[in-house]
Amino acid sequence: MKRFTLFLALFIIWLLLVYNRPYDTVAFKQNLFIGFLVSLFIGIYLGDLIPERVYKFYSPVRIFNFLIYLPVFFWYVILANLDVAYRVLHPRLPIRPGIVKVKTKIKSDTGRVALANSITLTPGTLSVDMEGDTIFVHWIYVRSEDVEEATKIIVERFERYLMKIFD
Amino acid sequence: MREMIAFILMGIGVAFNLLGCIGLIRLPDLYNRLQASTKCVTLGTIFIMAGVLVYSGWNGVGIKALLTLVFILITAPTAAHALARGAHKSGVKLWEKSVCDKYEEEKK
Repeated sequence: MKRFTLFLALFIIWLLLVYNRPYDTVAFKQNLFIGFLVSLFIGIYLGDLIPERVYKFYSPVRIFNFLIYLPVFFWYVILANLDVAYRVLHPRLPIRPGIVKVKTKIKSDTGRVALANSITLTPGTLSVDMEGDTIFVHWIYVRSEDVEEATKIIVERFERYLMKIFD
Repeated sequence: MREMIAFILMGIGVAFNLLGCIGLIRLPDLYNRLQASTKCVTLGTIFIMAGVLVYSGWNGVGIKALLTLVFILITAPTAAHALARGAHKSGVKLWEKSVCDKYEEEKK
């Protein structure tokens, strides 16, 4: 299953890379053939590198939840940029930076990575390091140094979506 | 019409990239600069790539732009994370007016 997933992902990316009209040229068929062979080879030999329990990604409910999460995520990315714009263009530079500690309830590694990346791209926060369920976050305007308060402000807006996708 | 939309998207993208660069100059230390540059440059580049996709349509160039968009969205925050962590481990100080550094306390 893991090997097949890696093969499928690689082959789809390869197809997108060589996509070109018209289809019935010799060069396109050669690309297709070589791409198939190489993805198969890499899929068989390196399939162990991708996460355990990969069958989760084939579940329609999780994919549906992911599609719900995307617009939410983009909304926060745009908010983050307007926030940075405000702070950077303000003559007095309203920042109060610091590194705070937050906790997450997400269990799976993939989910934690997704959470850390979401934190980095959203308003005023940048994840610095992660140890177990603790994430250290650099915050451009610290509103609370307390672990629970900070968790409530930073993590919880994504956690409920990501829990549905990855856990 | 389609060219119009594409140019507007690219214009927004360049504007966000410019904001990122201003942030890079104005903010005081590495971590704050990383914040500004990561966020603005990611969104700016996404807008530029979306503009390319609209401009060239559903052909070889457009699809490559779409792939680039997805990869930037995944890799840019990871790179920022690696840079921040590496900088902190090798002893880059936070700005002197920073409020707290829980990471430093944890390491002791």
